[in-house]
Amino acid sequence: MTAFQDSQPAIEAPPPDPAAPAPAEPSVTGGPSVTGGPSVTGGPGRRARLAGPAAFAAVAVVMLVVMPLALEPFRLGLLAKYLCYAIVALGIGLAWGKGGMLTLGQGVFFGLGGYAMGMYLKLHDAGGDLPDFMVWSGVEKLPALWGPFGNPAFALAMVVVLPVVMALLLGALVFRQRVRGAYFAILTQALAAALVILLVGQQGLTGGTNGLTNFFDFFGQDLAADSTQRGLYLVVALVLGVLYLAAWQLVRSRFGRLLVAVRDGEDRVRFLGYDPATVKTLTFAISAGMAGIAGALFVPVVGIISPALLGVVPSLELVVAVAVGGRYALAGAVLGAVVMGYAKTYFSEELPEAWLYLQGALFILVMTLAPKGLAGVAAALRHVRTSRRAAA
Amino acid sequence: MSDNLLEIRGLQVAFDGFRALDGVDLTVGAGELRFLIGPNGAGKTTLIDVITGLTRPTAGSVRFGGQELVGRREHQIVRLGVGRTFQTSVVFEELTVLENLDLAASFRRPLWSLLRSRRGVPETVDKALETTGLTALAGSRAGVLSHGQRQWLEIGMLIAQEPRLLLLDEPVAGMAQDERARTGELLTQVARDHTVIVVEHDMEFLRRYASQVTVLHEGRVLTEGSVEQVRADPRVQEIYLGRAREGAEDAVR
Ligand SMILES: Nc1ncnc2c1ncn2[C@@H]1O[C@H](COP(=O)(O)OP(=O)(O)OP(=O)(O)O)[C@@H](O)[C@H]1O
Ligand SMILES: [Mg+2]
Repeated sequence: MTAFQDSQPAIEAPPPDPAAPAPAEPSVTGGPSVTGGPSVTGGPGRRARLAGPAAFAAVAVVMLVVMPLALEPFRLGLLAKYLCYAIVALGIGLAWGKGGMLTLGQGVFFGLGGYAMGMYLKLHDAGGDLPDFMVWSGVEKLPALWGPFGNPAFALAMVVVLPVVMALLLGALVFRQRVRGAYFAILTQALAAALVILLVGQQGLTGGTNGLTNFFDFFGQDLAADSTQRGLYLVVALVLGVLYLAAWQLVRSRFGRLLVAVRDGEDRVRFLGYDPATVKTLTFAISAGMAGIAGALFVPVVGIISPALLGVVPSLELVVAVAVGGRYALAGAVLGAVVMGYAKTYFSEELPEAWLYLQGALFILVMTLAPKGLAGVAAALRHVRTSRRAAA
Repeated sequence: MSDNLLEIRGLQVAFDGFRALDGVDLTVGAGELRFLIGPNGAGKTTLIDVITGLTRPTAGSVRFGGQELVGRREHQIVRLGVGRTFQTSVVFEELTVLENLDLAASFRRPLWSLLRSRRGVPETVDKALETTGLTALAGSRAGVLSHGQRQWLEIGMLIAQEPRLLLLDEPVAGMAQDERARTGELLTQVARDHTVIVVEHDMEFLRRYASQVTVLHEGRVLTEGSVEQVRADPRVQEIYLGRAREGAEDAVR
């Protein structure tokens, strides 16, 4: 029994380290070591255990207090946009990093959430009339599909329900047939391409290539006002924080362990009495729900949702961001989305042509030299430091 | 007949025309410890694969506790109470020993309850740790275990599943002498309150721990009986002598 009692504190430990390494490197977080768990009497074990919650709290303070004070409205808006992407990245980290499902079509779910929100906002702004773009494309009567989205409760529910149901259906079809790896990746990518074609083709229904834009009012707040944008930023940051904690709880639960087991040995998991298809489908649905929420938040923050924002390229860019940040750690995924968001903005302003190549090169570099991404590099550095300290 | 836990009748498996199993009949009673031997390629692993749903037979039936297993999916068969290990052990290296065992012990829980964090250690896991002697390594990643320890962890996971029938595919392959002895003891202990089928090549091991033996050869059951009976059978001597002179001569002596 003693060995478990030793390892209990680690299991009970509250919030995670947002900059934490993947469980792939348990020695760094002071997880259970070969000689038993972290010592109960404190020392390095306790410090490591508190490092996670402390770092999370520090990041939370910076994001919720420092940033809104330090950044001018334009910069704060940019950060809000990156945090929306970070929410998608969190879902990718869960599905790909923990579950081994390389999903190249998260833009689909992002889009479903975004369009659900956009439709509500358009109807709300139109105030009983037809949305502006429909008038321009000669639509005379509100399409039946749009009707229910005038109700905010319905629209907000659809932000989550649509992506989750779609992912559940897809997962049930695909994972039961044991489609995985590259086949799954290509399938999700094809889905993203198909959705774009569908959206572009239905000009009167979806706004076509332009998508849905020109929003003015967000639940009684003027979207052009700085205060509204500041408030939206805080909402995005809070949602990200809450989802992060939820994802972290999921990862450390039995389900999370099972997910890692499915990633590393799907066929072996069957002989433990679990159906890997169920585990994967559920996780995929959760990651889809996150992308949907992110899409819905993105709409008021950026003021537009369009096919170009959810197609193959943006879906891929997010996967690259997660790889760069470190897919095995949830924090790595989030970090990657923010870093790559800033990098894209910077390089697209300075050297627009080079960005695509730079991004590709970075991806290859990371995959070959540092497969655990920035999070892995950070963990390695910390490891070097602690062992130096221990040696001294 | 109702005492028979496992009844296999007329089992056939073909791989691209090659008959890996060619009409196997096998009956194992509840509480038995049965050894399954046979030269390389005899079809021992294939037989276990069919029982556990990994391979579909072309003909025949596998009844377990009165229920047909053929046609069910792997995890459903586990849920009926059949557990197995693999010839080359597969454990989840990223997870700790404790987590490996805990997952094995938790499959009967409803899925939603898995979303909660684990608090404490289930009794079955505790027992499996004790039985396999891995208690001191509970918090270690399974990736750091030695070959022998991995095999024990696999057996531990099997015990933690609390199956009614255990199928072990060459549990001592690649083990050092002292590890073999420990595994043998472990096996005897497990067999006390479980029905166990063990595939094993190692004749020394067989001599020590086996009572009932079934010999498989070219996809058929060649003979069945006590260790002495089987060893005295000239056909058994021949297939072992014919295939591998050195080790086998000693084996059947
Ligand atoms: N998936 C497969 N496809 C084709 N042939 C196979 C397949 N699996 C097994 N075989 C063949 O079936 C025969 C029986 O194989 P099996 O693995 O059951 O033998 P075994 O008795 O377990 O042997 P060993 O002692 O080497 O483990 C062998 O000739 C093998 O080559
Ligand atoms: Mg075999």
